[in-house]
Order: sequence, then C-alpha cells, then structure tokens
Amino acid sequence: MTIDQLPVIIPVSLLIFTCLTLLFGFLRKSLAFPIALTGMAVSLAASILGLVQVLLYGPQSYQLGGWAPPIGIEYVLDHLSAFMAVLITFISFISLIYSRHSFAREVPDKVVPLYALLLLLVAGMVGIVVTGDLFNVFVFLEIASLAGYAVMAIGHEKAPVATFRYIIIGTIGACFYLLGVGFLYFATGTLNMADIARLLPDLYESRLILAAAVFIVIGMALKMALFPFHIWLPDVYTYAPSGVVSLVAPLMTKVGAYVIIRMLVSVFGPGFLSEGFPLMAVLGWLGAAAIVIGSILAIAQSDLRRMLAYSSIAQIGYVALGIGLNNPLGLIGAMLHILNHAFMKACLFQVAGGIRYRTGLWQIPMLAGLGRKMPWTMAAFTIGAISMVGIPPAAGFFSKWYLVLSSIEAHNWVFVIVIIISSLLNAVYFFRILEKAYASPESGNELVNTASDPPASMTVSIMVLAAGILILGLINAIIITNVLQPVVKLIS
Amino acid sequence: MFQLLVDHYPYYLSTVLLALGIWGMFAKRNLMKKLIALTIFQVSIMLIFISSSFKTSATIPIFDPDLGLTNPDLYINPLPHVLMLTAIVVMVATSGVALAVILMIYRRYHTLDEHELTKRMRE
Repeated sequence: MTIDQLPVIIPVSLLIFTCLTLLFGFLRKSLAFPIALTGMAVSLAASILGLVQVLLYGPQSYQLGGWAPPIGIEYVLDHLSAFMAVLITFISFISLIYSRHSFAREVPDKVVPLYALLLLLVAGMVGIVVTGDLFNVFVFLEIASLAGYAVMAIGHEKAPVATFRYIIIGTIGACFYLLGVGFLYFATGTLNMADIARLLPDLYESRLILAAAVFIVIGMALKMALFPFHIWLPDVYTYAPSGVVSLVAPLMTKVGAYVIIRMLVSVFGPGFLSEGFPLMAVLGWLGAAAIVIGSILAIAQSDLRRMLAYSSIAQIGYVALGIGLNNPLGLIGAMLHILNHAFMKACLFQVAGGIRYRTGLWQIPMLAGLGRKMPWTMAAFTIGAISMVGIPPAAGFFSKWYLVLSSIEAHNWVFVIVIIISSLLNAVYFFRILEKAYASPESGNELVNTASDPPASMTVSIMVLAAGILILGLINAIIITNVLQPVVKLIS
Repeated sequence: MFQLLVDHYPYYLSTVLLALGIWGMFAKRNLMKKLIALTIFQVSIMLIFISSSFKTSATIPIFDPDLGLTNPDLYINPLPHVLMLTAIVVMVATSGVALAVILMIYRRYHTLDEHELTKRMRE
C-alpha cells in the first residue's frame, strides 16, 4: 500500500471486510462485530489520511488498473470528496459502536448479515464520493441502495412494506440518473467527470445536455427524499432497527445531495444550470417547500422516530435550498449543513434508540420525567435539539447563518423568511420534548421510573456526537477556510 | 417527419416502454405487478443505451484484419453494451431484493394488495 492508492483503499477495504465479516461471522457469531469495526476503522483512518494529504498537497487521483483517464476509471480525492469520505466513515464508525447493544436487543438472530450489509452500505456511499467516473457513481449508488433496502427491511414487522416503497422510488431515482448519464455519454462520448467538464462548454446549446441535467437532478432528488418525493422516508425510518437508522438517516440522503453538488461543481458548471432552464431555482424552491412542510408535519407527530424522520425531510430542504441558491455562500451553507445535520441527526436518532432500549417507548407524551432518569442521554438530546433550532454555539446555527447570508446576497427574501420561520417551528417540536423530559412531573409510568442511561458503548457514542456538535460549532470557521472554500473556488 | 420516425423508432419505442413502466408502478395495486413494471422501466433504459451504439453496415467490435483499424465507423461501439451488462447485474440484484421483501410481506400479511397493506400499516 502506498500513499497514492488512498482514494481506492477507502471503499475497497470496506468491501474486503464485508466478505471477512460474513465468513468469520458464520464461523462464530461473536466475531462479526470486531471484524466489522476493524474494517470501518481502516477506512476511517484512510479517509482521514486522505483529507490530510489533500489539505497538504492538493487533490489526489488513482487510475484503476493503470489505465489513464478518460479511457480508464479514475478515483479522485479532492477537497469535497475527502470531506464527505471522512464524514461518512466517522459517522458510520460511531454508529457501528452504538449499534452493538441495540442489535443484540432488537434483532439478535440477524447480527452477522446486518454487520456485513452495513459495511457494504458504507462502501457504496464512500465509493460514490471518491469516484471520478459517472457510471461508477451509478454502480456504487445501487450497491449502497441495495444494501440499504436489505438492512431496512429487517426489524419491525411493518418494515418490509415501507421498504418496498423505497425500493420502487429509489430504483426510479437511480434509473433516471443512469438515463441522464447516458445522454451525457451520447453527447460527449466519455464518462470521466473531468473530461466531460472539458468538453461541455462547446455543447451548452444542446438540448440533450439540458435533458441530462434534468434527469440527473430529478433522480437525485428522489434519492435524497426532497419534497414532493419524500413519501417513502417516514415509514422507512420509523420501522427500521435503531442501529440501522442512526447510520442511514444522517448519511443516505446526503449522498444524493453530494452527487448534485458534484455535478454542479465539477461537471456542468454553475452557469449552465442557472441560465436558460432554471433547474437550480426549481431545486431551491422545492427545498424551501420541504423546509416548511417537513417542519409542520413534524409538529403533528406524536411518535419520536416519525418526528425525527419528518425533521430530516425539512433538513434536507436546507441543503437543497443552499444548492439551489447557486452562489458560493449558499454552497458553503449547504455543505456545512450536510456535515452538521449528519452529526445532529445521528445524535438524535441514537438518543431515540437509547430511550427505546431502556424503556421500549416511542410516544412523546410518555417521556415525561425522563430527564432525571437518563441524564446523559437527555443532555445529548438537548444539545442536538438546540443545534437543530439553530442557537449558537451549537453547529446548526452556523450553517443556517450562511444560508441566510446567501439568500440575502441573492435578494431572495422569501428564503430568508422560510429559514427563520422554520427555526421557530423546530423550536416548537423540540422544546415540546424537552419540556416533557425536564419540566413535566413524573407520570408514574413504571417503564420511565426504572429507566437509566443505556450501556456504556451507547452512551459514549451519543456523547461523542453531542460533543462533536459543539466542537463543530467552535471550529466551523477552520473547516470553511481550509476545506469548503477550495471547493467553492472551482465555481466562482 | 416520417423519416425521423423510421430513423429513430427504437428510441420512441423505448420511451413508450419507459412511460408504461412508470404508469404501472404507480397505477397497479399488486406489489408483484409493480415489480414487473419496475423491470420494464429498467429494460427500457437499457434499450435506449443499446440502440445508441447501433450503426448500419458495421460489425461487432472484434479486430478484423480485412477491415483494419483506420475507420472506426466499421465497428459498433462496445462501451454501451458493457455498461448495460453491469446495469443488468444491478437489475437482477434489485429484483432479487425486491422479491425477498415481497416474500416477507406475503408471509406476514397474506396479501400483496397495496390498499389492504396501507390499511394494515395504519393500525
């Protein structure tokens, strides 16, 4: 292994450990978790090393099989993909540590395939991020999705029905993406992103390119559950095992957002997508609609998991809104929100899973008095909630701040109002829970009264994420100048 | 107009199949029929790719000493075929996962009717 092979080590190590987990898991069930964790640790270390390399020496690329691009497939680690790779592997690593006790309680007889599939899912997601080839993105997207369908169908008895809807909509999304890639290939004769970016300016007038852009953006909007394509998401997140949701909810939809950002930054270029057919504006307005509708629906829920699922729909709206503004500040806001929301949602879903682990409860009205029984868990929930509402110094404030600044710069006052109103709506549905947990008198519910913080591995991973939210809030300026500014420089 | 239709008929037919697939996925109530519609939808996209590589009076992309290497118009483009081989593998895997999920649903609810399942989900 040499340092220039880093881009390919990140996904391939996970693929190798998927097989190892399955093999050793069949020999001895208890081996599955340590092997899966080792694989994730290797990939996390490679991603962090990759990010350091990118920050020190600039983008790294690796040619698969020694074939030079554009004929061969190229894996590229630049600022955007290194940032996403570290985010994905870190959240997955923490979720994997968390999932051990939760799987042992919820789905004890399916642990081995679950760990293997989770590794495959993460391999697909980092694969999407590191590849520089459009068709490769499709293949990794389907690897991630298929592994995702399988892990989400395990668990609650209603999970398969919810998952089937996801299979239909997810496959339509992937196929639309494939069709868009096909149109790009017919027009340019290449699948390498850098090569297409070089050839496209001469073809900007072509209707084929416009159709390709529309198909790719719609396909990814389906994958990222952007309003009005969000119908599959609440049921899937509600019925999947909590160890799975804490990995899937923060990352899976973000990967769709990443593909749109990647297309915008390094394939089409921002000029093409905003002039003529206003594709980016449509994306921004759908995002604004998602923010408002997702937040309102979240208030109406009495199930904690379902409320968090609707809140995810609202939060992916922020990302779409930031991309749709199509200016450098908006893009920074969107990327920062991908990072912040991954930490917040992972933390909140892990708390929800922790509450279920100890009490078996989901209903918000039943949580009265839980703040005294599960002090660490509910403290982490409070930090997550504060960040979701957007109160400094929690991380969520800063991404919203950049989105507001960018909306003002674009003179789009409706977006400013949407972001502010949605913060108030967030406050309504999160403070309702905090009020129940801390201020309400104890309900006398036996399950709540005997509750305590979940096992150490769960509590520690919850606390790491909660601390991460505060740390991200403090160092967000460092992240923006070193990692996100170079991405935006490509388009401005 | 007529000439356009004759030249491009594979694309029009594929588009009809594509629309048929999307219609089937949303209009049909039985989950099995939805899966069949999904397959039709995926196949239509493969047909579009394959049609794109077709050339009249060209041969398969294997080196032929009589034709030489100077004129690429004499060979059809192998890349879309290779891409679609990969896509077929993906499609088979999707069908496999979907069938497994359908099996799980049927064992639990003894029905594949969407309205019935939606009603049972609300309980």
